[in-house]
Amino acid sequence: MCTRRSERLSTRSTTRPTAPWTSGELVRRQAAQEIGTIIYSLGCFPSQKDLHDFIAKVEEDHTGYIHLDKFLPAMTKVLQEHKFPPISEDLLLQAFEALDKEKKDYLDPEELTKYMTQEGEPFTQEEMEEMLTALADHRNQIHYKDVVSQMTIKPDK
Amino acid sequence: MGCGVTKSSQFHKHSGKAIRAAVLIQRWYRQYVARMELRRRYTWHIFQSIEYSGEQAQIKLYNFLGYLMDNFTPASNERNLISHIFRENEVCRDAEWERYFCYKNIEVPEIYSGPHLIFPLTVEQAVGLVEAFRNKKQLHSRYVLQLLLETWRRLRVLPNINRISTCHSKEITICGDLHGQLEDLLLIFYKNGMPSLEKPYLFNGDFVDRGKDSIEILLILFSFMIVYPSDVYLNRGNHEDHIVNLRYGFTKEVLTKYKLHGKRILKLLQKIFSWLPLATVIDQKVLVLHGGISDTTDLGVLSRVDRHNYVSALRPPKKKHISSTRTSIDSDMDEDVWGANKLFQRRASFTFPRPLVTRGGFHNRSLQDFSDRIRVVVVEDELEVRRRRQSAFISGNSRPENEGTPIASTDSVNSDNTREEWKQILDLLWSDPMTLDGCMPNEVRGGGCYWGPDVTEDFLNRHNLQLIIRSHECKQEGYEFCHNRKVLTLFSASNYYDVGSNRGAYVKLGPDLVPYMIQYQATSMTRELTVRQSVGRTERSALKVLREQLFAHRSDLICAFKKFDSTNAGLVSLNDWAAAVESVMHLGLPWRMMRGQLVTCKTSDGTVDYHDWFNELAIKGPNTDHIDQSLLETLYRHRSTLETIFRIVDTDNSGFISHEDFRQTWKLLSVYLKMEITDEAISDLAVTIDSNQDGSIDIDEFMEAFRLTDKKSRLERGRSMFMGTAPDLTKLEEDPSI
Repeated sequence: MCTRRSERLSTRSTTRPTAPWTSGELVRRQAAQEIGTIIYSLGCFPSQKDLHDFIAKVEEDHTGYIHLDKFLPAMTKVLQEHKFPPISEDLLLQAFEALDKEKKDYLDPEELTKYMTQEGEPFTQEEMEEMLTALADHRNQIHYKDVVSQMTIKPDK
Repeated sequence: MGCGVTKSSQFHKHSGKAIRAAVLIQRWYRQYVARMELRRRYTWHIFQSIEYSGEQAQIKLYNFLGYLMDNFTPASNERNLISHIFRENEVCRDAEWERYFCYKNIEVPEIYSGPHLIFPLTVEQAVGLVEAFRNKKQLHSRYVLQLLLETWRRLRVLPNINRISTCHSKEITICGDLHGQLEDLLLIFYKNGMPSLEKPYLFNGDFVDRGKDSIEILLILFSFMIVYPSDVYLNRGNHEDHIVNLRYGFTKEVLTKYKLHGKRILKLLQKIFSWLPLATVIDQKVLVLHGGISDTTDLGVLSRVDRHNYVSALRPPKKKHISSTRTSIDSDMDEDVWGANKLFQRRASFTFPRPLVTRGGFHNRSLQDFSDRIRVVVVEDELEVRRRRQSAFISGNSRPENEGTPIASTDSVNSDNTREEWKQILDLLWSDPMTLDGCMPNEVRGGGCYWGPDVTEDFLNRHNLQLIIRSHECKQEGYEFCHNRKVLTLFSASNYYDVGSNRGAYVKLGPDLVPYMIQYQATSMTRELTVRQSVGRTERSALKVLREQLFAHRSDLICAFKKFDSTNAGLVSLNDWAAAVESVMHLGLPWRMMRGQLVTCKTSDGTVDYHDWFNELAIKGPNTDHIDQSLLETLYRHRSTLETIFRIVDTDNSGFISHEDFRQTWKLLSVYLKMEITDEAISDLAVTIDSNQDGSIDIDEFMEAFRLTDKKSRLERGRSMFMGTAPDLTKLEEDPSI
């Protein structure tokens, strides 16, 4: 318990106590979001459906908890099998070009919004707003060629 | 995920190709956002851990100086260097106090273009003050002193715990840390309106330090408090503390802006800070305080303490003993008394009851060494005091007195009470919540506790409360709930770590006691940055700071690397690199993930050439080649501490210290760090800086000369956490009329 007897204050450089990330401990997370972040940052590009399938496999009975003992082997398998490979710059460029019906080399926010929010695995309004803020330039146009070259990850060095 | 949207007939015209393209882009973009989120998190972690370790360093330093005070012979030179920061205000008569802070003979010159104050203060004048500060005016020291005196008079009559109510459907606005960022306060007033009878405000501490307009914020808050005593409330924060101010910039700001009267203003503020209320309870249900609670926090105890005895929360109040010298608030007078003896003390040098380090071993050990010795000394002190008191008693009284027990027991009871009270206040100002149950010392900051959800639950039940609102921690969205929404952290300094790092927020609380948050972000510095740009910029800033830290720990890091490099090839694997770095830095960062950003020298097989790496990190200072390498490293690592000590040593606040004092400062530091620093090495340093050879050293110039600028980011203007003070202060022009 927290009783201080000495007159001086204690000093030891440690980090804030949190639930330790060790095998056997339950890590409380909001499954969809946090696991997604982890998987993405490991260089994988799953779709939303892929993510949900993965989480369903590792989650503890819909409690929202994910056991590290289950997560680690599943994740390792995903990485070894290259299950959700990165999207290459070329492919991404082609995708944007496919949306640019008038071949004007850029997209208007309305065009992009239409596709992103109504097709495939639609964006929420929040996601859409964020994307527009990030991609649109001062002319309010999305010059996808520039965007793509700036924002794709180079293969890991 | 999206909600269902009815598709118009147009959509059926979208080719399968377009749909597949859209899916691909969505996938790609979500991945991109997630990566950014991760980068944002570790950037945040970098800033926060360095910020907290700075606070810890300050406490360490203060402990160390306190230790010196207890151990140096009273006549020693070195003690004089630092004793004045411990000479805290004793209780004394008002007349004496008011005489010392007399502003009446301070004249305001004709050319002064700032605001004039006429007391009693009116609303128009308070509003006028805000306008004036918005227009970059400065308030004349005469008016500052007047205002502060009036503030002090008001604060004295307030209880430790304010109790207020949201009656007649009045909403109260609560603000968190402002840290000298005037822009944010102005933004809040703009969005929410200024304080008034219909618009009560509560400010939850940490008004000063780090930002460059701390004094202006104080003056605004104080004037509104004076004008609306029942509608403007202030809680004390851990930065309302002169010891903390020494490191984090408030002291420097005041002395720079008020060259002539700054010292008096600071002295008066010490008093005022100690009189700030500790907490506020709204409608008997919502507790607002700056840091937090612990498992022993008791509002009953807190409401009964003599809060003004705790001038600094970092040191328990002195036990009162009978001494021969008259206590005085006039430090100038004390200095004269010392001064007379100085001539006889020039020969004194560092003396210790026992040698701290053996001649051979100079490596950093923990501060535990001090605490063992401290306990011994304190006990001896007490015995000495009792003996003196005994003899005074006996000579003064005809009644025979027994040695020992009666006085001893009252002494121990008093000191236990004091410690208990001190702990209560410390916890209140310095604690942070954690997700785990329980309560443990907050070793990252060095003061207060970490408290868990169970402690919150218990505390609220015991005191019949429903919510705790606190500040003390920067949050990206300006606020954050935790402990089942029973604890709300509120932070009002936007862009705190760097431009775009976080929003600020304030809370509105009506009679329903449901908090309603409003967020904002001061954007005058640059235009609105995109997510990508702002993360990138903050990240660069954080990495710059991190590289400084890494470079400053070079020797320790090389030692650690060598442990993994048995063949002495100068190479370590990536895993070993990460492990070694963490073992030295203790920052808990994802080093492997950040390797790409920190180590750019290429390795073909995934190993790191650590000597090359240090060359990459190398800092170029001015003409530093002739200076001892390890001394230089010490300088970078303990820059902030060094600067703090300089400011302590510079008693007349001129910004200059003599060569002799400069030497003494380094000796202090060498003892503190348990490092050997030769006189020769120190002289070399002094020579480098005192370019005009006039025997005195400009502190700012010295620190500026050793400001870190690595090759990569010389052009970056990110705020270095090491500086602890706003870099713009050096550009402030001296206005002699103020």
